[in-house]
Amino acid sequence: MKFQRWLQSVKNQIALTVGGLIAVAYGWYWLGGAVIVMQGLLLVASMVGVAPILMQAYQALKVKVVSIDLLVTIAVLGALIIGEFNESAIVTFLFLFGSYLEQRTLKKTRESIRALSEMAPQTAQVLAADGTTTTVGVDDVEIDDQVLVKTGAQVPVDGQVVQGSAYVNEASITGEAQLVKKIVGDAVYSGAIVDNGTLTVTATQVGDDTTFAQIIELVEEAQDSKSPAEKFIDRFATYYTPAVLVLALAIGLITRDFKLAITILVLGCPGALVIGAPVSIVAGIGNGAKHGVLIKGGEVVNAMAGIDTMVFDKTGTLTKGDTAVAHVQFYTAAEQATLAVTTAVEAQSDHPLATAIVQYARERGVTDLPTIERIETLKGLGVQAEVAGQTIRIGRAKMMTEAEVAGQTIRIGRAKMMTEAGIRLTGAQIAAITASQTAGQSTVLVAVDQQVVLLIGIADTVKPEAKAALTRLKKAGVKHLVMLTGDNDQTAAAIAKAVGITEYHANLLPAEKVEFIKTYQASGQKVAFIGDGINDSPSLALADIGIAMGSGTDVAIETSDIVLMQSTLSELVYADYLTKATARNTVQNIVIAVGTVGLLLLGLMLGWVQMASGMFVHEISILVVIFNAMRLIRFKVR
Amino acid sequence: MAKLVMQLDELSCPSCMQKIQAGVSQQDGVESVKVLFNASKVKAEYDEAVTNPDELTQAVTDLGYSVQSIKVK
Repeated sequence: MKFQRWLQSVKNQIALTVGGLIAVAYGWYWLGGAVIVMQGLLLVASMVGVAPILMQAYQALKVKVVSIDLLVTIAVLGALIIGEFNESAIVTFLFLFGSYLEQRTLKKTRESIRALSEMAPQTAQVLAADGTTTTVGVDDVEIDDQVLVKTGAQVPVDGQVVQGSAYVNEASITGEAQLVKKIVGDAVYSGAIVDNGTLTVTATQVGDDTTFAQIIELVEEAQDSKSPAEKFIDRFATYYTPAVLVLALAIGLITRDFKLAITILVLGCPGALVIGAPVSIVAGIGNGAKHGVLIKGGEVVNAMAGIDTMVFDKTGTLTKGDTAVAHVQFYTAAEQATLAVTTAVEAQSDHPLATAIVQYARERGVTDLPTIERIETLKGLGVQAEVAGQTIRIGRAKMMTEAEVAGQTIRIGRAKMMTEAGIRLTGAQIAAITASQTAGQSTVLVAVDQQVVLLIGIADTVKPEAKAALTRLKKAGVKHLVMLTGDNDQTAAAIAKAVGITEYHANLLPAEKVEFIKTYQASGQKVAFIGDGINDSPSLALADIGIAMGSGTDVAIETSDIVLMQSTLSELVYADYLTKATARNTVQNIVIAVGTVGLLLLGLMLGWVQMASGMFVHEISILVVIFNAMRLIRFKVR
Repeated sequence: MAKLVMQLDELSCPSCMQKIQAGVSQQDGVESVKVLFNASKVKAEYDEAVTNPDELTQAVTDLGYSVQSIKVK
């Protein structure tokens, strides 16, 4: 066993030795030396060279796998038997040297993910109650531990800043090397580097559960998840190798041409066929990971490259999603109390509109929030809660009709919700709503009992890169761009116009968005859905490709096929171009691999190809596909 | 059911993958094996009552691959 491992570890030296022996043998011959000495040297070279190959073949055979090594071993031993020492020596050398080059070049294609995983933090400074710190491995930090991160150090956990402030570089998570200021209350991620400042962080996720660890795991899994074409080639290769063995045996028995039989063994090595497609995928996915585009596998690459329809959610996708309250109108005297109760309910939601309201209330100094006794999210409609015996509802129009109006009921939602709940809006209120909507604001109403008490207009801004990005996507062959939103028609129209989308549908529930996607798919379109919220998970899952904004929820990121870490539309353009380039590269490699096999067969029939030259062509083709894939590492969208 | 992740030295031949896959899954008590060729990792799910990380590491070592580190989840 030890000998086997030793043999593996000195494989490269063996290749070198074999190469040296061959050179000496031929040098000797050309200098007029005796043939017998040359033959002797070549025999020794063959024996040395075949040893590690034989060992690998034996190990594979032990677990019932017929490997390439077995084909080569038999061929080499066969050549030795018939006295073709030069052929056998050259074949072993090419095979060993080839696998050395493969190893070196493959390493390059895996560079991106390696660079990423090397950025993982190793140790953490855990803060004890008395203010002293102990250095522990990142896996030994417990949730709720406090860790100290100083200038130059990496944040070792996902957590919340409880003390201090600092500028941090989150490039390992987002791909963007931009300094972000973190203050008390902000979330920080494992892998971020503190550029300037000191932070005390309470751990919320540690070890393999941190976002960074999950990104790495996701990319690693993605690079090895196979496209249908690759799975086919894998299955093919499993039977292909034994089939070559059988074929060679049959030909040997029929033609009685021993040399032809062993030549077929060498030519039959699957070589570039097995490695061609995976190597493109690895380089492509690695490139994406480095640029903040996480692609979850080879299948995704091919599907994304074929997308012709892109369906966008509005909030947080085409717009920034960091909405702000732009207009407030009370229809009650108890302004602070109304705002407090609204805020208490909205604080429980991560809906962008809710976040805006909470932010607004915080700025206005609303701190004394009533306790919530029960809260329930109604998908696409809103939130229903009980606060101090009152039922509070926040959300869309339809929710009100489903809810019991008992005692003091507080409703917060859109205008349509109020009318359906039988709440009369005054002329002045209707005018205010219309004015707010025409200004492109999302309008939220709050009602207590049958009385509208508060109108809030919330504005969202279009992402600055949106229009240019969408234009590029159209140019790249995406024929159909659609925006779907739960928001009202006026707001939707304003946003669609700003980003240059002509088809949009407003006032939709999540289930209705799903229907649109189904319709497009039924008419034969390949649909990508781009969204961020929990509500979008069904659409993300149903679409041929689900693309999640990285700042979105965990559910969205899990359900999706591609994650855009910085949540920008430029990354969407990058994803589109990169997957197309990767898919093209894969096809090129498969053509090269299949072409090589065809050429070798032709050469064999015409009698041009011998064992050694066949092996040479094989090794060249493997290197060609690897080099071709390496172009993807440097791929960039101008 | 426990999960074991082994980090191996760089894997360079696709047939190694097949070999390790077959070698580990033929061990008693192993439910599923996934070899990540590019990450050079082996992920195995196994029954703790039947086998243990040491035996599985040994199985990979016996095939001629050195295991750099292991992680049990």
